[in-house]
Amino acid sequence: MSVVTNTTTIGAIELPSRRNTELMLLGFAVVIPMFAYANVGLAINGKLPPGMLVYGLGLGALAGVAHLVVRRYAKYADPLLLPLATLLNGLGLVFIWRLDQSERLQNLAKRSFGAFSPSAPNQMLYTAVGIALFAAVLLLLKDHRVLQRFTYISMAGALVLLILPVIPGLGADVFGAKIWISVGGFSIQPGEFAKIVIAIFFAGYLMVKRDALALASRRFMGLYLPRGRDLGPILMIWAMSLLVLIFENDLGTSLLFFGMFVIMLYVATERTSWIVIGLLMSVGGAVVVASFASHVQARVTAWLDPFACYTTSGACEQVGQSLMSFGSGGVLGTGLGQGHSDLILFAANSDFIFSTVGEELGLAGVMAFLLIYGLIIERGVRTALAARDPFGKLFAIGLSGAFAIQIFVVAGGVMGLIPLTGMTMPFLASGGSSVLANWALIGILIRISDTARRPAPAPAPSPDSEMTQVVRPS
Amino acid sequence: MNKPLRRISLFCGLLVLALLIRTNWLQYVQAEELSTRKENRRVQIAQYATERGNIIVKGKPITGSVATNGSDFEFKRTYEEGPLWAPVTGYASQAFGATQLESLEDGILTGNDDRLFFDRTVGMFTGEKKQGGNVITTLNPDAQRAAFKQLGKNKGAVAAIDPRTGAILALVSTPSYDPSSFAGNSKDDEKAWVSLKDAEDKNLVNRALRETYPPGSTFKVVTAAAALEHGVVTDINAPTDTPEPYILPGTKTPMVNHASGCEKAPLNEAMRVSCNSVFANLGNKVTRDKMVETAEKFGFNNDKIDIPVRAFASVYDKKMSPDGNALSSIGQFNTAATPLQMAMVTAAIANDGKLMKPYMVDQLTAPNLDLIEKHDPQEMSRPLSAANAQKVREMMVNVVETGTGAPAKINGTTVGGKTGTAQHGEGNKKRPYAWFISYAENPDKSSPVAVAVVIEDSGADRENISGGGLAAPVAKAVMEAVLKGQR
Repeated sequence: MSVVTNTTTIGAIELPSRRNTELMLLGFAVVIPMFAYANVGLAINGKLPPGMLVYGLGLGALAGVAHLVVRRYAKYADPLLLPLATLLNGLGLVFIWRLDQSERLQNLAKRSFGAFSPSAPNQMLYTAVGIALFAAVLLLLKDHRVLQRFTYISMAGALVLLILPVIPGLGADVFGAKIWISVGGFSIQPGEFAKIVIAIFFAGYLMVKRDALALASRRFMGLYLPRGRDLGPILMIWAMSLLVLIFENDLGTSLLFFGMFVIMLYVATERTSWIVIGLLMSVGGAVVVASFASHVQARVTAWLDPFACYTTSGACEQVGQSLMSFGSGGVLGTGLGQGHSDLILFAANSDFIFSTVGEELGLAGVMAFLLIYGLIIERGVRTALAARDPFGKLFAIGLSGAFAIQIFVVAGGVMGLIPLTGMTMPFLASGGSSVLANWALIGILIRISDTARRPAPAPAPSPDSEMTQVVRPS
Repeated sequence: MNKPLRRISLFCGLLVLALLIRTNWLQYVQAEELSTRKENRRVQIAQYATERGNIIVKGKPITGSVATNGSDFEFKRTYEEGPLWAPVTGYASQAFGATQLESLEDGILTGNDDRLFFDRTVGMFTGEKKQGGNVITTLNPDAQRAAFKQLGKNKGAVAAIDPRTGAILALVSTPSYDPSSFAGNSKDDEKAWVSLKDAEDKNLVNRALRETYPPGSTFKVVTAAAALEHGVVTDINAPTDTPEPYILPGTKTPMVNHASGCEKAPLNEAMRVSCNSVFANLGNKVTRDKMVETAEKFGFNNDKIDIPVRAFASVYDKKMSPDGNALSSIGQFNTAATPLQMAMVTAAIANDGKLMKPYMVDQLTAPNLDLIEKHDPQEMSRPLSAANAQKVREMMVNVVETGTGAPAKINGTTVGGKTGTAQHGEGNKKRPYAWFISYAENPDKSSPVAVAVVIEDSGADRENISGGGLAAPVAKAVMEAVLKGQR
């Protein structure tokens, strides 16, 4: 942990709050999506899109509100997180709107549901709600350490959220993955929220137990093996993530939770053995599940050679289409609105939205997006480094680590680097739960970074320093 | 806690790095392969995204494009007089792919050819839509129509060449098909396609290039050329030592003659009445290997005759026994030829023994009509000397003037030809093929047209199927059309 030294003799220099930097960057984060929006309109219809002004003003207003809230309630927060999230969210809206214009997807919707309804307006609404949630986090959560109190409540909450989709009558099976629940006509993905809630539990739990986990261990073949009783929690999490995998057919979420837990455990205990154990357990679990879950097997086959089973398996076709999308984009892409990434049809604007980025913005665009995501992760890790309390450190690294794993799993899946899993690209993909949860996540990171960078309050004048005289022999 | 944090930060960095490497692999290294895969519909979308350039005959496009509704293929191919030109154009169907010229010149027609790179680049800046270039053919519409009309309901094919250059003037195959009927990808297109694909008449086969037939007596001109070239015969009017009946070498089988007066008949007379025995005898004397040599100079056994559409290889067997060689010398046994091949034989004889490389694409032009490529006539080989060619022509003229080829006679023009009636099927039970090859001469002795006609299966009785009666009038019509166009 970093040690902050303040002396009374040197007056605390006011740290730059960097809010003006953030404002400037936000300007770009609003203007770039507007240009992209205009670009799509010109490419598809040959004229500027009708809602251009409304869209720009809307996104600008939302960004402005978010900025004002940060300026007022989290003055010393990291200046990059908000603009980066806004940029991704804005571009995500453009891509969703672009895919709304696709005749293929419109026809598909008409065939499957009888009618087509555009996703972009909903996404705009979710964005507004998401930014409201972001503001609410900053307003209500004055100090992230408050969350420590909810360690065990969070555990229960996370379990409930994870189990919800399996409950009959509440859960909805969508294309084989049971990760949705439907409440009052809305589909919610509880897993997205569980990600944050479970991070609270891990951070709180590990902060308390880290010494026991780190020190009470036996050395075996160069590794520090934990005691049996300390293995309990990790086994439980492992079992839980496997259950998620088995009952909800959701490889991605289970990987996410388990990876997050291993990362946080390693940070808390500083023991490499946890990483080794974690990797062994996840590989073992994955192999066991893959050996009898046909859903997972199909994904693995599709990953190994999508074109071998292209015509016979839907999973292979999805991966193959996605790969061809990326390949057809080439280095510079076809240009916004001019690709055919909608040939994927299924989940084109959610799970597979990154393929559209690949085709229409090309290698250059994909690298830019990956770097933006990388930058968000880096700012999160930096926040963890700068945080002064162990809970904050663990919480921040848990959220950033989960974010990184999610990017890797989703982007790696659509690019054929790893088997495909049913998760969404944060901020880009269409879907309310994802947008809301990720704005809350950014809100929490901003809160932790504000606490971390805030100048320490001047220590109370120490009576000792005034009264003690140091006499040096001359 | 900061040391593990730094390591985790490195780990996250590695995750992003792995993605960056992967996207470079996909979008740079593998981009070409992925974007051109057969599963990739974008290939066809691009192919039909713009109006294709046209295939042009004598300044007039025989193809067109029409915008389609409700499909992601924007434009559909259309054809003017589709059945007439199908053997030339092939087809370009949204659902069933493209063949022949449509496929071979796809780069030019879609505008994707490297040689159109400049036009595309300019278009990118001026905002013009990509356009396809044009393919200008050598065909003669009058000759093509005459051949198509004359073949009528018969199953057959016609190939006509300008012997001086090798330019193809007519390329007809009947029964034909209309490539417009399945150019789209609708239900109707599929129905039309399926019915054509399974048709008993094999409508989709380009008989002029992609079907080989036993050439029968028309092959006798090749045998005559070989006999002259290899010194077996020098004077075409001197009697040959052919006995009657002629027994095939190494067997006890006599060679059947349909004509009379074949005993010791000179070459000229044997050609006029089409004596099997004389040509079997001569072929045997020339020997198999020398027959093969001459036949190959005419283009037989060559599987790379690209005009630019590739024609099937015509066959003269290189390994048969002497009796097989004798039978092959009258165009039976294993000998098989495409109509194009027999037109090439005729053209070489008409062009003083010089065989010009046949071609049907004269020019490729850019969308703005700039010339991209022009074909220069090339000599392919020299199967016989000019003097010997003159002798063969003399005999062929004799055939038309006084022999079996009389129906091809054109008043005021020198015409040389040869009939053929090729037997086929087990025990020669099937209806024979009627052949006719001929050329017409200009007053200056150069020849503007050589033509080969084959009629597979006519409604007429077996007795009436003869090259002279059925096929010669078709050849005559084609020659007349070409001659008329010259004036």
